[in-house]
Amino acid sequence: MSAVADEFTAPSTLSRREFLQRLQAMGGLLLVADGLRIVKAADAAPKYGADGMPHGTVDNPLVFLTIGDDGWVTIVVHRSEMGQGVRTGMPLIVADELEADWTRVRVQQAPADEEKYGNQDTDGSRSTRHFLDPMRRCGAAARMMLEQAAAQSWNVPVTEVHAANHEVLHQKTGRKLSYAMLAKRAAKLPVPGANALRLKTAEEFRYVGKGGVPLVDGHDIVTGQAQYGIDPWFKDMSFAVIARSPVLGGTVKQFDANAAAAAPGVQKVLQMPAPVAKATFHPLAGVAVIANSTGAAIAARKLLKIEWDDGANGSYDSDAYHASLQESARKPGKVVRESGNVDSAFQSAAKSVEAEYYIPHIAHATMEPPCGVARIIGGKVEVWAPTQAPQVTREDVAKHLGTPAENVTIHVTLLGGGFGRKSKPDFAIEAALLSQAMDGRPVKVTWTREDDLHHDFLHTVSVEYLKAGLGADGKVGAWLHRSVAPSLATIFAPNTDHEVGAELGMGFINMPYDIPNLRLENPAAAAHCRIGWFRSVSNIPHAFAVQSFVSELAASAGKDHRDYLLELIGPARKIDPNSMQDHWNHGESPQRYPVDTGRLRHVVETVTQEAGWGKPLARGRGLGLAAHYSFLSYTAAVVEVDIDEQGRIVVPRVDVAFDCGPQVNPERIRSQLEGAVIMGLSLAMFGEITFKKGRSQQDNFHQYRVTRMNEAPADIRVHLIPAPDWTVPLGGVGEPGVPPIAPALCNAVYAATGKRIRRLPIKDQARRAT
Amino acid sequence: MELQINDKTITVAAEPELPLLWVLRDLLGMTGTKFGCGVALCGACTVLVDGQALRSCVLPVGQAAGKKITTIEGIGATPQGAALQGAWQQINVPQCGYCQAGQIMSAAALLQTKPNPSDADIDAAMSGNICRCGTYLRIRTAIKQAANHEGQTK
Repeated sequence: MSAVADEFTAPSTLSRREFLQRLQAMGGLLLVADGLRIVKAADAAPKYGADGMPHGTVDNPLVFLTIGDDGWVTIVVHRSEMGQGVRTGMPLIVADELEADWTRVRVQQAPADEEKYGNQDTDGSRSTRHFLDPMRRCGAAARMMLEQAAAQSWNVPVTEVHAANHEVLHQKTGRKLSYAMLAKRAAKLPVPGANALRLKTAEEFRYVGKGGVPLVDGHDIVTGQAQYGIDPWFKDMSFAVIARSPVLGGTVKQFDANAAAAAPGVQKVLQMPAPVAKATFHPLAGVAVIANSTGAAIAARKLLKIEWDDGANGSYDSDAYHASLQESARKPGKVVRESGNVDSAFQSAAKSVEAEYYIPHIAHATMEPPCGVARIIGGKVEVWAPTQAPQVTREDVAKHLGTPAENVTIHVTLLGGGFGRKSKPDFAIEAALLSQAMDGRPVKVTWTREDDLHHDFLHTVSVEYLKAGLGADGKVGAWLHRSVAPSLATIFAPNTDHEVGAELGMGFINMPYDIPNLRLENPAAAAHCRIGWFRSVSNIPHAFAVQSFVSELAASAGKDHRDYLLELIGPARKIDPNSMQDHWNHGESPQRYPVDTGRLRHVVETVTQEAGWGKPLARGRGLGLAAHYSFLSYTAAVVEVDIDEQGRIVVPRVDVAFDCGPQVNPERIRSQLEGAVIMGLSLAMFGEITFKKGRSQQDNFHQYRVTRMNEAPADIRVHLIPAPDWTVPLGGVGEPGVPPIAPALCNAVYAATGKRIRRLPIKDQARRAT
Repeated sequence: MELQINDKTITVAAEPELPLLWVLRDLLGMTGTKFGCGVALCGACTVLVDGQALRSCVLPVGQAAGKKITTIEGIGATPQGAALQGAWQQINVPQCGYCQAGQIMSAAALLQTKPNPSDADIDAAMSGNICRCGTYLRIRTAIKQAANHEGQTK
């Protein structure tokens, strides 16, 4: 079926309620993960994990691997590499089960083709989680076919042969045949079914879980040979930049291109198609300048005179919007989870504590801005794009060009950062449209940094109101949390005015604390810019608010934060997400993936012990703690700050304890967590996109600051919690490191200075009163 | 105009005001040097011009003519560049890798002037290079390793 969110492309007047009813009416439909792609289940039974994703999984070794006459094994990776290490990790699984020698393995990137490869959406921290088993089956099936081929050529029972390190041995006679010699015969054999496979035991793994494998693209990256989406180059290619409507939904009223068209190197100036009511992944309205170099196009674009019609979002002002979110958060809203009697519990509480938190829009700011290359030869469209969503890219390009998807090839390049931005392929569609306008000539479209910060699919903006009633013993007896934020579903259904299940289930509704009386509410909020998913998505505001508030409660109760948090988590138990009204659960089975408070406790205990929680600290120093469950993984962080007399914050050290279940490539798990620390510090210290008159106010890295070398912690210690065995289902890795960092940092600022930070970014809020 | 790039003389027809970055990437197809911000704020486009690390996104190509330009494609021919590229791979520095060309170029310029840089030297030389994936710790480690390696082989 069409994988895009076509089910969402209902009339834009569809109310949120109708929208939900529509969803419910389509019994058997699952709203899967943050991708908002919908799968129609064949029966009413819910499908979980990879089975719930469009096109599911494929485990056919004939699709994913080839063995050449020269002995080289080529393994296909069908997910996108954006720094998380999937081009190393996924082939490593296949190679291990195959008993291949890693030094004779090549990796090949799959084009967009989900019918062939299974789901390719690289988001939701689920590539390894969903494809560990299928990739193991791929490798194991191929290994068994090679063994079968060897047994046949020696005319011995297959039980007497054994594959090891790129060859098959006959133990009795000591004969050996290399994979190269066996490949042709093996490929003609039937592929063993899943039930007939003999998978390796954990003890037999050579690469999985070991971490000694260098990066597949390491050499190409350090020598400048790696191909990102911005890099394809053809001699006759044209280079484009686009002046886009500064306001979401705005259109070009009129424009004067005379000066731009006469500028050096300019080949063409043309208007982009008008936008549609739903943002989806549609290119924005605007005027494109095509030239013989990107630099010439950028210079000429400055000469365009465009009169915009801003449309309905032309009055969007982030300060006014903040005030409106606060107003909503201070009144009762839609109840999304309730247990006990929170109102009477507040009345009987010894004291109550309340706080309100604000987390602004943040931009992805991938170092490679959105970009893409397209050419059309004989009606066949080729696109090179740094896309996290190859299949969606293919279908959207086809739709916009009015050609069947079979005519569109998407070459997935390396991504110079993704973080969720490159799940929306508007940039690839732009390249294809511009190539079409240039009669099929290759065109590269590049977003400048200004374009990127002005037209991102931004992280939502949120006000989180919390109130707790404490008993005389300091324990929480009542808990009220209101989360109010525009939903990312608004890009598909603009009138969506509440957080959808995939947002509620990110650390809000599924808060697993041991509290007898609680009520969670989600007041309405409208969107006025494109909201998208940013690495760890709604976990960012939810974790910031809840983890900051727990620190506030501990201080109010006069207790140690760690002890208080552990008491709040309560005893080790496995909670059915459904019992918390979380019917999403990252698209995974609630039986297979309950929320395990024992594991949450363990990361808190580990990180505090490793970080020396409670150790004496010099004046100006402080430790801050936060823990968060997201993407089926458990993360806790302790941030140490050193704050000088001027209130300048230095972060000398961060400890992170992480439990994602079994670890396929621990080395890349560590690097993801190191990176998540930096990204968390960036958004906490500096991250904010503001709007005036519907326009993003940040132009470049001087106004949208991110953490730099001199601001990065000198010491990041990642403590990986080993899984008891490989029967434990995998958790996500790419995203769950981010959410605890901002609250841990702010809690550390409090520990060092007594100053509470309730509004991000911190900027100079730690400045001491003089 | 004639440019000296990675020890080769290359003739290119370009407006002298066009930033060197676009001459390299778009006119010559040398795409190892990356675009990140266009205003010398992120360092992704760093090249060496007569040994000095410069942001090619704001350097008019006319000003680079007649000077010795080194890009990521050529830095491996220098001892510092080779040591850095080796250390970068041993330590698995890159995540997405997009900024790493610029990082290595800045680090190469640093090692050419300070063979054994202190942490403060590294901060000063490298803080103009943004890595959004957050590989700073490993970059620091790799620079120190490359510096040690350089010291041993000399």
